[in-house]
Amino acid sequence: MSDPITGLAHMLGQPFIQHALVAGTSIALLSGLVGYFVVLRGQVFAGDALSHVAYAGALAALAAGVDLRFGLFAATIAVGLVLGLLGGRRAADDVVIGTAFAWVLGLGVFFLAIYTTHSATGNSAANVNVLFGSILGISASAASTAAWIAVGLIALLLVLARPLLFASLDPDVARASGVPVRLLGPLFLAIVGATAAEASQAIGALLLFGLLAAPPAAAQRLTDRPWRGFVLSGLLSVLCLWIGVCVAYAAPKLPVSFTIMTTSTVLYAGVVLVTTVRWPAFSRRGGAARP
Amino acid sequence: MSAVLELDRAAVAVAGRTIWSGVSLQVQAGEFVAILGPNGVGKSTLLKAVLGLTPLSGGAMTVLGDRPGHVNGRIGYLPQRRAFDPNTRVRGVDIVRLGLDGDRWGVPLPGRLAGSAGRRARERVEEVIALVGAGAYAGRPIGQCSGGEQQRLLIAQALIRGPELLVLDEPLDSLDVTNQASVSALIRDVCRSQNVAVLLVAHDVNPILPYLDQVIYLAHGGAVMGPPEEVITADTLTMLYGTPIDVLRDRAGRLVVVGQPDAHAEHR
Amino acid sequence: MSVDLTWDLVADVRQLLSYHFMLNALRAGTIVAVVCGAIGYFMVLRRQSFVGHTLAVIGFPGAAGAIWLGVSSGFGYYGFCIAGALVIAALPGGGRAGSGLGGAGEESAVVGTVQGFALACGFLFVSLYKGFLSGLNNLLFGTITGVADHQVITLLIAGVLCLAVLVAIARPLLFVSVDPDVARASGVPVRLVGTVYLVLLGTAAAGASQITGSLLVFALLVAPAATASRLTARPYLGLGLSVLIAVLVTWLGEAFAFFSPYPIGFWVTTLAFGAYLLATGYGLLRERLGRRLVTA
Repeated sequence: MSDPITGLAHMLGQPFIQHALVAGTSIALLSGLVGYFVVLRGQVFAGDALSHVAYAGALAALAAGVDLRFGLFAATIAVGLVLGLLGGRRAADDVVIGTAFAWVLGLGVFFLAIYTTHSATGNSAANVNVLFGSILGISASAASTAAWIAVGLIALLLVLARPLLFASLDPDVARASGVPVRLLGPLFLAIVGATAAEASQAIGALLLFGLLAAPPAAAQRLTDRPWRGFVLSGLLSVLCLWIGVCVAYAAPKLPVSFTIMTTSTVLYAGVVLVTTVRWPAFSRRGGAARP
Repeated sequence: MSAVLELDRAAVAVAGRTIWSGVSLQVQAGEFVAILGPNGVGKSTLLKAVLGLTPLSGGAMTVLGDRPGHVNGRIGYLPQRRAFDPNTRVRGVDIVRLGLDGDRWGVPLPGRLAGSAGRRARERVEEVIALVGAGAYAGRPIGQCSGGEQQRLLIAQALIRGPELLVLDEPLDSLDVTNQASVSALIRDVCRSQNVAVLLVAHDVNPILPYLDQVIYLAHGGAVMGPPEEVITADTLTMLYGTPIDVLRDRAGRLVVVGQPDAHAEHR
Repeated sequence: MSVDLTWDLVADVRQLLSYHFMLNALRAGTIVAVVCGAIGYFMVLRRQSFVGHTLAVIGFPGAAGAIWLGVSSGFGYYGFCIAGALVIAALPGGGRAGSGLGGAGEESAVVGTVQGFALACGFLFVSLYKGFLSGLNNLLFGTITGVADHQVITLLIAGVLCLAVLVAIARPLLFVSVDPDVARASGVPVRLVGTVYLVLLGTAAAGASQITGSLLVFALLVAPAATASRLTARPYLGLGLSVLIAVLVTWLGEAFAFFSPYPIGFWVTTLAFGAYLLATGYGLLRERLGRRLVTA
């Protein structure tokens, strides 16, 4: 691949890359948009817990012999709702989350043991795929399903976005002006759970943060405007996925989940560097009110 | 002039414990009213009852001619709070704007797409920010504003829908003396120029004392209401707090309360 | 290995102890449990669960990298966990109690990014070292069969060092964790204490990773401490309880794993979570009874 353009055209001609990009773009956009609120609400740890729940759910489905995605979504959405209800307005106590999700992960290991001992085709490939993702191996039908679910979740998030922002920044006033704060918390964590389930199919349960935490953190450093940051976070996340897929295609030795995660880490580190160096200029510009 | 707020033998219970009962009072449009009293007598609970967030356990309450909780669009609310986290990277203007349309589902359309409605919203945001004099720092992330600056922005948020009643829970807490004076003066100006009734919970009565029309004192599970000259007397206060308190007049004839009413919180 | 559960306690224990690997597992497990119980207590007090989890996970790329390079996995565990602790301590506000939670969204996002990147690196090392994919589960979820004599010695040295340092800084650490501002004013070097504590946490996580696997260390760090703090509000009693619960959970977990086909990680996490639920239930019951006594 001496010529990058030809190389790119060749890459885009590959069906598995097309599937990866269709599923990956929608999942990355979803993760980035959801992640913006996760970071704003300080619920990264809950997101972490939900990604581990995704693992346990997927392995439970494998052990039971049903579709893996069923286990993923059922477990993450249910636990997301429970976490939201337990915590009331804010995220549940971190100790409660931590204790519970350590156990859920133990359950995952339990299902893994059942799966590997009882399944005739018992191999650890499925386990590794759930943990670390397999976007380059996703089938056409799985890709389109993942994309449609992502689109649906994004639509739901857009509907909730403004009251959610209000409730995140200013819960007391939001409640007084009629925002159903108590309802939004669990609902949002259920969306985070569904996002974790989606992302597990792309970059794996363990690497969810590549798309859920790093792009929003970068976006919040780049802009103080909530809606601009919201959109930017989604776009950065998509960018990370594209770059990661391209790099993994060019260097087949590197796993694609690693390249995606590395891209987003480098992106965040770069943003920190740029915003820190240009700090005085930023604060001068931000001095006047521009609503 | 009609009553903005009317309580008739109202009572509130939280977790089975009656906080106060038999409270009857009236607040008229455009009045500046302070709610005073020791810690834990249910000052914040009174505000929450006005907003319909805490139900009455007895008696009746009318807010802006309707039941509490039904007219919150016409009430501006500033809850008791600590400052925003310094890492909150959202601008003051955005916080103010949320007061206008934060409860509407969906995302606001960007810039020109929003059309005349969006332009009106932006103008209204600019208007209230100018009203509270927060123009210089409204574009900064709210976490980086000082306590006084945050308080002004939050008052702008409470004012943005043009409310008929402002409900402020300890807006002067955690402000220094200069900011206490200027924020009190701001609230007074808003009260007079916009004809907004103000219901304000305060710990320290002195900064707002010169502006007050009425005072509500909560203590011993009940309430006393009246003009400051009648309620803020050494005898009444000493009786309410159960600790010696003096009321002095300074050279300009203003009342000053001496003896710290809140130093001895009442535990019941 | 032919193991039968006879339900005769003495015979079962004797059977358990007749295997050298089980003896090693019990020795290593005891050391790890004591250290994790003690260090975890402060982790819960300081609300640094997320940081603790991240440090535990960082051991995975360390071990995978060490195996890929052909050196002992112990180096990888300790090297990466301690380096990770220093990196997190160097982040703005990273050494502070309560970091990684609450309104400080960006801080926890950074910690999360570090965690994700560490796991991704581990996955890279595993895939670069082709033949070793089957060992992945052991790295992540632990095994009781793999503890060698020299590992027990290393664990013991690291554990004793950890506890010695913890004892040395216990009182200022408690002060800083409960009330950082006042502690700073009374001359406690808050930042230094926080950093030293994070290094201790990293060391404890690295040691425990070798028994329970990277993903499940966290159970040993958080659950006994959380259980203890449900049972008592006295700091030093809580510390002792936390250690006791951790040791019990580890012993029972290892014994159950020995007699059952299911891995140690499952048993340890389940027992720990069970203990936490019991303590929570007991706390609620006591509260309700107490209220009834007051109202009566």
